[in-house]
Parts: sequence; structure tokens; C-alpha cells
Amino acid sequence: MATFGNLSDRLAETFKNLRTKGKLSAADVDGTVREIRRALLDADVALEVVKDFTGKVRERALGDEVSKALNPAQQVVKIVNEELVEILGGQQRRLEFAKKPPTIIMLAGLQGAGKTTLAGKLAKWLVKDGHTPILVAADLQRPNAVTQLEVVGAQAGVPVYAPEPGNGIGNPVKVARDGVKFAQQKMHDVVIVDTAGRLGVDAEMMKQAADIRKAIDPDEVLFVIDAMIGQDAVATAKAFQDGVDFTGVVLSKLDGDARGGAALSVASITGRPIMFASTGESLDDFEPFHPDRMASRILDLGDILTLIEQAQGAFDEDEARKMAEKFSTDSFTLDDFLGQMQQLRNMGSIKKMMSMLPGAGAMKQQLENFDEREIVRTEAIIQSMTKAERTTPKLLNGSRRLRIARGAGSTVTEVNQLVSRFEQAAKMMKTVAKGGMPNIPGMGPVPGGMGGGGRGKPQPKKKGSKSGNPAKRAAENLALASGEKAALPAGAGGGTGFGLGGSKKAGGPTEDEMAALQKMLGR
Amino acid sequence: MAERTPWSLSGALRGMFAKKTIDAETWDDLEDALIQADFGPSITEAIVADLRAKVARYNTTDPTDLQRMLREGLEERLSKLDSTLNLSARPAVVLVVGVNGVGKTTTIGKFAKFLRTYNRSVLIGAADTFRAAAVEQLATWAERAGADIVRPQAHGQDPASVAFQTVERALKDGTEIVIIDTAGRLQTKGGLMDELTKIRKVIEKQTPIAEVLLVLDATTGQNGLAQAEAFIQHAGVTGLVLTKLDGSAKGGFVLAVQEKTGIPIKLVGQGEGINDLTGFTPHVFAQKLVG
Repeated sequence: MATFGNLSDRLAETFKNLRTKGKLSAADVDGTVREIRRALLDADVALEVVKDFTGKVRERALGDEVSKALNPAQQVVKIVNEELVEILGGQQRRLEFAKKPPTIIMLAGLQGAGKTTLAGKLAKWLVKDGHTPILVAADLQRPNAVTQLEVVGAQAGVPVYAPEPGNGIGNPVKVARDGVKFAQQKMHDVVIVDTAGRLGVDAEMMKQAADIRKAIDPDEVLFVIDAMIGQDAVATAKAFQDGVDFTGVVLSKLDGDARGGAALSVASITGRPIMFASTGESLDDFEPFHPDRMASRILDLGDILTLIEQAQGAFDEDEARKMAEKFSTDSFTLDDFLGQMQQLRNMGSIKKMMSMLPGAGAMKQQLENFDEREIVRTEAIIQSMTKAERTTPKLLNGSRRLRIARGAGSTVTEVNQLVSRFEQAAKMMKTVAKGGMPNIPGMGPVPGGMGGGGRGKPQPKKKGSKSGNPAKRAAENLALASGEKAALPAGAGGGTGFGLGGSKKAGGPTEDEMAALQKMLGR
Repeated sequence: MAERTPWSLSGALRGMFAKKTIDAETWDDLEDALIQADFGPSITEAIVADLRAKVARYNTTDPTDLQRMLREGLEERLSKLDSTLNLSARPAVVLVVGVNGVGKTTTIGKFAKFLRTYNRSVLIGAADTFRAAAVEQLATWAERAGADIVRPQAHGQDPASVAFQTVERALKDGTEIVIIDTAGRLQTKGGLMDELTKIRKVIEKQTPIAEVLLVLDATTGQNGLAQAEAFIQHAGVTGLVLTKLDGSAKGGFVLAVQEKTGIPIKLVGQGEGINDLTGFTPHVFAQKLVG
């Protein structure tokens, strides 16, 4: 239902032309930050929080934290995510129970936020944990709120203290105070006090809430807020913080499709932790809050974050630097090649990984055609070689190749193919390293390609965006389309490191494309 | 009631209109104010761009002109659609829908009272058979408003059957206006949305539906649009009701809703009192918002 494009797509768009850059320029960052700002506003994050947040992201993106495993868009997404999780989950904590029971929990919030329902959910959850909660009906304002609490209490199987009929009759402060006394007498170890919904601007009602708080001295005051709330979250949260000084936040109606930017606003402005999430109308739809899930929900990032993490974990930067050196000194061997391939496999199934990417749907067919066993076969061939052969592929004469083919359970033709792919790729990388890229650190983005990690995932995106690329690449596109099936397995199997790096950028290492690649990298 | 901040952007805009000339800061402030009123980034950009063009065209530097143009611009956008309720059918059946906790039941209570002051006979159907004590809550409102109510015979009864019985009774008794409450449902719940379609069909078997009112909470942010789209699709919404305007929220998202969906705002709720419901007038709304 969301009519707004998701941030990952938008960022990909922004970075369409910068893909090969390793470091972000100020102008790039500004463009990105603008997109993030919009995305956050669309997600209903409060403006002042957005401003503060984008400022921080901008600073970090311009700073030195550049990971070679990720392309620029991913770097920014990663920074954004980290900042989000920090705000949302910086102070994650559980309910605090009083040393001397009963533990008193007071609920407060706007009308219709879901306090009464939450009271039931919380009670049921506590019962499951072996507590003996009691509900106190201190919402005497809304017609039949008391009745509703009684019904909810019955559903949760907990008693309800409701001395007043409600509907405007009775004193909520007195009910709350008596409720706590009643709980002490009856040996309930948790008291949950439901209060009337009130607006932040309603001074009289806020004072009443403060009075209830004073009268019962709760161990926890939970502020219940609707995940759908917009910019007003700030004003409301501040009003409640000033009025009743809540100790934790509960986000309700998270089962809808609201992005829930309010969570970020409230957490960031009040500094209070979000403790629970309410995710449905049944009393069991209640869970502790997961900051990481919320972060990706706010920005609609999907699984891309998982992917980034996996890539980062699998990709070793030192390894990449060594590799870059090897390219330039011509000492790249089949062993290194194997190492890369194994690194790539560390990341888990490539197919699965690709399908995690947003927008990978279009690639489905290509994914189907991609044979992961190709990698295994290539691996087998290399492993059937002797140390000497791996270091010096030139040694590979006819009889050696026959032996290898037998050892790997494949054919001489396949061995030949592998060797020629390897040679081509090694040559290409060497050219690039020497001619295209003047300095080794600048190599970063290039071996990033072979650093399987970083590359595995951008691959599909690249293909997607490829069609949208300038005309000069249209021809290449055609070639890619026709050669897709061949190029992809070949890239992954035969040339892994380079293959991935190369196939992405140039489809396959033909002369023309190599020239194009060089041009692109050298810019 | 204690002192309340007026429902208006005037606070946010005061500084900006008090200045002598329009400068870069004015535009930034205006943009911030609109975003904070939940207009959303797209509409905000459109409004600001529109105003920039006007300011350039009329070659003015006076912030007062800008204020007037903003007010007129908003009014113009809001008044594109006809916001009168269509209740001339007899019985005029009004179906009230919306997500949880937006104030459907309260709105019905106030609406019934509003109609009663014009001496119309009103019958309310309590088709929210799901939420605990929803029927009782509605019954209390009905009593306050002096309207009749049809209750479900059992808890959890099919809401469509309650709706059917309500309309049936109205036809028999010759009641002028029928208001049917429904359970709150999030627009993402496919099954519950289908239930609405069913309620509608069941009513239409007996008599056409005069109005389907979607209740929107002013504190809602950009999700309001998603809500509206889903409810329009499943319930055939004909009008919007904006509630909780007595808080600090400005409900700017309704402009986006109205423009994107072409459904007019018809009623505005401003409090928990039974008389706190009024018809929607673009002029007053824009006037209040901008100050």
C-alpha cells in the first residue's frame, strides 16, 4: 500500500552514476542526505529529529569511515541504519519490578492509542511469566471504558478493580490509589492502572494524570503511542514527559503499514526507551520491542541490511589489500583465486542472497539459470592441481590437464576453459591495476568486486539499473542479455573474483568490454 | 477546560510573518511549518513552489502578502470538492469506517446529536461486535444524543447481520437517518477489509447507502493516505471525517488525501463533548490553520 518508493531504491537511483567511486564527495552526500530526509519525513519522523539525524549522517558519510566492502549507497544505508538503531535501541531495557511488591505500572497516552487493549495484553504477558497482575480501571472518562477493561481482563484471565462505573462519574485519582491498596491486600504482585486518553494540550487532564502518578508512585509509567502518529508525536511526547514523566514507551498498532517514524521521534526527543510493541487485536499480539526491525521498517530497507552485514562479515579488508598488490605485481595465482571463491561461499548461498535484494524479482529467471554448483566444480578443478601448478599455471600441459580433469571428475575441456578464463581475468586485472588505477589504495573499489562480499549483492542491482544506464552502455546491455546465462556462471565459476567484478561491469572479459571497463575505472 | 493552545500554525508562522521582508529564511520556516503540520514532503514542496512563483509574479516582499496567499492557496485546494453531506435519501444510511482508535464511536455519538438538533429521527446500528464494550460505549452515546440503537443479539455476531437488522428496522419504522458503526480495522488486514465490503453489500440489498464516512485521526501522519486508499477500495468511502483537531496536531495530511483520492472532507471533530462536531468549511479551516 505504501505509495512511496523505498529508500534503497531511491539511493540506488541517486548513486546510479557513482557506482565505482569508493569515497563519497560532498555533493554525493548532499544528494543522498536529501533523499534520506524525504524518506524520514515520509515515515513521519518529526522534523527536528530529521534535521538532527541527517546532520549526523552527513558528517559520518563525509568522514573517513569508508568500507571497501560496500558501494557508496550501501555505505550510507549502513551509516543510517547504525544511527537509527542507536537512537531506537540505545537504551533498550526490560520492565523494572519493584523490590517490594506490588510493582505498579501506569498507562498513559492520547485517546485511541490503545491503552485499554494494552492493559489486557500486558496482564496476559505477565501471567505467562508467573505474575499475578490486577487491572485498575481509572479511565472514568470515555463511555464504557470500564466495561471494556472488565471484558479485556476476563479475556486475559486477570481480576479488574473497578469500583466506579465511569462515564464521567468518579474520581480517577482515588480509584488508582484504592486500586493499589486493594492489590496489596489481595497480594497481587503487579498493578496495571489504565487511565483515560488525554490530549497533550489539555492542561486539566494532564494535571489529573500527574495527580494519579503522585498518588500511586508507579514503578513504571508507560506512554502508549500509536505507530501511525505524525509530526505531532513530538508535541505529544513532550507534553506527556512534562506532565507525567513516563519511564518507557509502548508502540501500538504496529501491525498496520505505517512506517512508525514516531518511534524514532519519541525515543530521540525524550530519551526514553521503547519497551514493547503491540501488533494486533488479539491479547497475544504483544512483544518486546526490536530496535533493529524498527530501523529497517522506518526506512523500508528490507533485507538489504542483513545482506550488508553478511557481506561485511565475509569480506576481509586486509585480504583485499593483499589481493590488490598481487594484481599489480603479477603474482596472482590460482590459489588466490580459490581463496576468493571460498570467501564468496562463506556468504552463504548466492541465490538466496540475491533474492534478498529488493527488486530482485525481475532477475528471477536469471537466478534460476544460475548454477551454484558451477562454483563447486571450479573449486574441484583447482583443488585437483598441485601447489606448483596453482602458482604457475603455465606448467599445465596436456597430460597434467588430463590428470586434473580425472581428479576433479570433469573433462579436459572444462579445465581448459577454466585456465583460459583465469588467464584472461588475471591479464585484465593486471592491466587495470597498472594502467587504469594509478594508486593502490584507489584499488579499493575494484578488488571490492572480487571481494565477493561487496560484489555479490550489488550484482543484481547493477543489472537492474543497467537498463537505465546511458546509451553508450546499451549495446553492452544487449550483449549481456544474450550472454547472460553464459556470462554469469562463467563469471562466478570461472573467474569468480574477476568474473564477478568484471561480469558486472563489462559482461565478460572480451576486448571491447575490457576497454570499457578500463575507461570506467580510470574515468 | 484549561487554557489551550489554539489549533493553528500561527505559532509556527508568527515569527516569519512578523518580519519585514521575505527572505531565504522565510521559505525555510514555511517549509518546516508545513511539514510539522503533517502536510508531507510532496505537498509541502508543491505549496512552497506555488507560493514562490506567486511571490515572484506579484513582485512582493511583504510577508503579509505571503500569509494571505498561503491562506487563499490552501482554501482553494480544500474547496475543490463539495463538502456537503448527502442525506436526502430516506432512510439515509451512513456507514462509518476507519482504523482502530480514530474516534468512530465518538463521532457517531456526536453526529447523531447533530442530526437530532435538526429534529431528524436517528437509528444507530452497533455493528462493532468485535471490540470489548464497543456496543455499550455506543449505547451511552446514543442515549446522550437521544437516538435509538440496534444491538447485536450476541457478542461476536456477524456485523453484517447487525447492519441488515438496523436498516430493516429503519425501513419498517420510517426512521430518517441510519448510522452504522463498524469495528476499527487496520487497512492491512485483508480479511477485515473484505468484511466491510460484505457489510456494504448487505445494506445495499435493502436500500442504497447515502454516505460512507471514513474517520481519520488528525494526529495521524503520512499513513493516513494509505488508510484512505484502502478504505476507498473496500468500503467505497464518500466523505472524510477529521477528528481530534482539539489537540496539537494539524492534520495536514488530509489535504494530500483529498487531492489524491478526490474524496472531500465533510465533518470535523474537535473534542469529546457531544457538540464538538461541525461541518467542514474550507474557508474557516484555512483561516484557522494559517491565522
